[in-house]
Amino acid sequence: MKKILIADDEPNIVISLEYLMQREGHEVLVARDGEEALEMISEHELDLVLLDAMMPKKSGFEVLQAVRAEHPDLKIIMLTAKGRDTDIAKGQALGADAYVVKPFSTRKLAEQVRQMLD
Amino acid sequence: MRRLEWRLLIGVAVVGLACLAWLFIAALMLWAVLPEQNWSALTEALGNRAGLLIMLWAFSLLPISAALRYLIDLYVRAPARLAEDIRLRTDGEVSQPLNIQGSREMEQLAEPINELLKRHEQLRSEMDERIRQASRQTELEKNRLAALMSELDRSVVVCNLDGRILLYNQRARLQFKRLSQAAQVTGGSELIGLGRSIYTVLDRQLVAHAVENVQRRLARGAASPSAQFVTATASGKLLRIQMSPVRSVDPESGSSTTNLNGFVLLIENITHEMQADAEKDRLLKDLTEGSRSALANTRAAVEILEDPDINEAMRERLLGVIREEIQGLSQRLDELRQSSSDAWRSRWPLEDMLGSDLIEAAVGRIEAESGIEVAREGDDEPIWLRLESYSLLQALTHLAGKLDPVCGIRNLTLRLSTHEGRARLDLVWPISEESGEKPDLSWENEPIISGGEAMAMSLRDVLDRHSGECWIEEECQGEKTRRCFRLLLPLATPQEEQPASTFQHHEDRPEFYDFDLFRPTERTRAQEDSRLRDLGFTVFDTETTGLNPAGGDQIIQIGAVRIVNGKILKRESFDQLVNPQRKIPEAGIPIHGITDEMVRGQPAIEEVLPAFHAFCTDSVLVAHNAAFDMRCLELKQDACGVVFDHPVLDTLLLSAVVHENQNTHNLDDIAERFGLTIIGRHTAIGDALVTAEIFQKLIPLLEDRGIHTLGEALKASRKTWYARVKY
Repeated sequence: MKKILIADDEPNIVISLEYLMQREGHEVLVARDGEEALEMISEHELDLVLLDAMMPKKSGFEVLQAVRAEHPDLKIIMLTAKGRDTDIAKGQALGADAYVVKPFSTRKLAEQVRQMLD
Repeated sequence: MRRLEWRLLIGVAVVGLACLAWLFIAALMLWAVLPEQNWSALTEALGNRAGLLIMLWAFSLLPISAALRYLIDLYVRAPARLAEDIRLRTDGEVSQPLNIQGSREMEQLAEPINELLKRHEQLRSEMDERIRQASRQTELEKNRLAALMSELDRSVVVCNLDGRILLYNQRARLQFKRLSQAAQVTGGSELIGLGRSIYTVLDRQLVAHAVENVQRRLARGAASPSAQFVTATASGKLLRIQMSPVRSVDPESGSSTTNLNGFVLLIENITHEMQADAEKDRLLKDLTEGSRSALANTRAAVEILEDPDINEAMRERLLGVIREEIQGLSQRLDELRQSSSDAWRSRWPLEDMLGSDLIEAAVGRIEAESGIEVAREGDDEPIWLRLESYSLLQALTHLAGKLDPVCGIRNLTLRLSTHEGRARLDLVWPISEESGEKPDLSWENEPIISGGEAMAMSLRDVLDRHSGECWIEEECQGEKTRRCFRLLLPLATPQEEQPASTFQHHEDRPEFYDFDLFRPTERTRAQEDSRLRDLGFTVFDTETTGLNPAGGDQIIQIGAVRIVNGKILKRESFDQLVNPQRKIPEAGIPIHGITDEMVRGQPAIEEVLPAFHAFCTDSVLVAHNAAFDMRCLELKQDACGVVFDHPVLDTLLLSAVVHENQNTHNLDDIAERFGLTIIGRHTAIGDALVTAEIFQKLIPLLEDRGIHTLGEALKASRKTWYARVKY
């Protein structure tokens, strides 16, 4: 069983993602903003983070930048409504393992998570 | 002490000493000729009365000094005054005949001198007439250009290479007024005015860059190069500016050269346009990014719902998510539709129009087309509307035209008022027994009939174009009942109403241009070394609650006009009442005519003084008895956060410099000496204007005395006797 953090301020997506990850057999933690996500990443031994780009207090990009150096092995998938090439490039440059643009297929996302955790 | 009084003292001393010398010589001769016993008897007789002799001598000096004073006045001061009066007339400042007061011989001079002056005046007017004729053609062309400029519906400002404004049009004036941070007080005249620097509004570097660009392209042989740039003003407005060159003209061939001697700026305020664009961007971004999130949430929920193992509670939650997201999406689409229709409306060429003008046009048109008698009500207040007048007038005429045959109405009242940020335009008629059927709101969807033909638009279309509405209302006035069609229309931001004369009379127009400013100036020259003729002046006057500013008397009015290139710019004046926040003493009211009632609701000095300071930018201050006015300003400057460190000239001191032999130098007497008529004496603006006219007349007289620069004028002023008065 792997430990996954879902960091997103929109409860409507969190419901689905939480269910999806639990169905895959993972333990799920949820953070509602950037700061909470940072705290949880430092407190828990996480295997993967689903990180929304636009969150209150600290953006997903800020969180990514802050944790990447200390947690080089942590898998991070950026979820974002920003579909511009520049945003994707920024996410990759900051060290995201994958960049998923909303709306996405839950099946594909589950598959991607599975591959990363294997 | 004045020079003539020294002269009197010296005269009396000389006469006194001469008497003493005569006495001494007389005594010496007596001693030589008298036998010794007689001499002894004489000295014995006088010996004890030496004091008496000295007193006699001293008393004899009194009538001598009175006689001397009379003679000096008659034979020294009177000719000096005569010389000043003659110079005033030969300089052309005054034309009325001389009235000589002095000795009889001097009075006899009056006739020949007046005759000579008359011939001189004749010669000069002949010369003037010739010059006038020669310059009339040029003036005509200038006026044509100015007329063309003033009618243009874009803001045009022409500057010389120093950035000094030498021409601007009415539209530019209004636009700069909107940019002004103290528009209520200065009317924007601290920003735009002849001789003012355009760099108060525009960044100098930016303009220099554009000038360079244009110059480079001119040098490469481009036929009509221009540069465009966008800049933000200090008040946060965005301006789009197009710059075109003013080329210098080769004096020999008369053709344009590739050298620049100024530039024309076409200025457009694009703040609203940019705001609208930014708003559209925001909506688009909201729509794309917001929709992506909503779609993601919905899609994820749907995909999870497809899972057959899902429990009932989870299913309900996910269905809730889908419902919520779909509702959010619809709301977002509604917002977008609303804002894009606002943008659609803003593309209609709506214009600002004064309500009374609309009513007047409507009355004329309805009476002409339908024969209904139309009265006006309540359009005395200036109400500015934002509308497309052509279609609205047609709609109004159409409505009125329908009222007659359907409802039997022959008398109508047009009424304009404002209510909750909108204008109400009512077509009102009395309800009587003869009234036919009631008008029907379905009329608004019928096509408008104009000149017997149906048009492609309805009243509803016209209302939509104005974001307006209309309905029918009944109102009771005593026993009478009236019915009205009420149209709601958008209001415009109030504009400065321009007197019609601005557009009609040529003599009013020239203040919008001054082509003499094209002459290059030496910007680097220190102000003190600048010639008085080249400097810009702000001539001002203050009215106060009393004469003791240090003792708490306050400013209640400031009036000022500018002098640029030797011309008084009466249109660019500053005329503002100030609330002194204390009672105005009764004693002063008959003099300045300003009552507590008049200053109620007027801005306080903390608001007026910074605006006045901005009005005075880049100029030398001039006032009559400036020490008093400057004291009033200085006492307030700390509280207002400004410093009046401008050079100051005083017409009282300058008058004393050029007319040192005149007995008085108060404003009325100087004005009379120069043959000036005072209008509005003891109002700040009236006194400022007459001071400006006096100052204008003083400049050539100062030059006659070798005083050409500001530094020289200041130095000469300091030397006069009057310069010692302190407040």
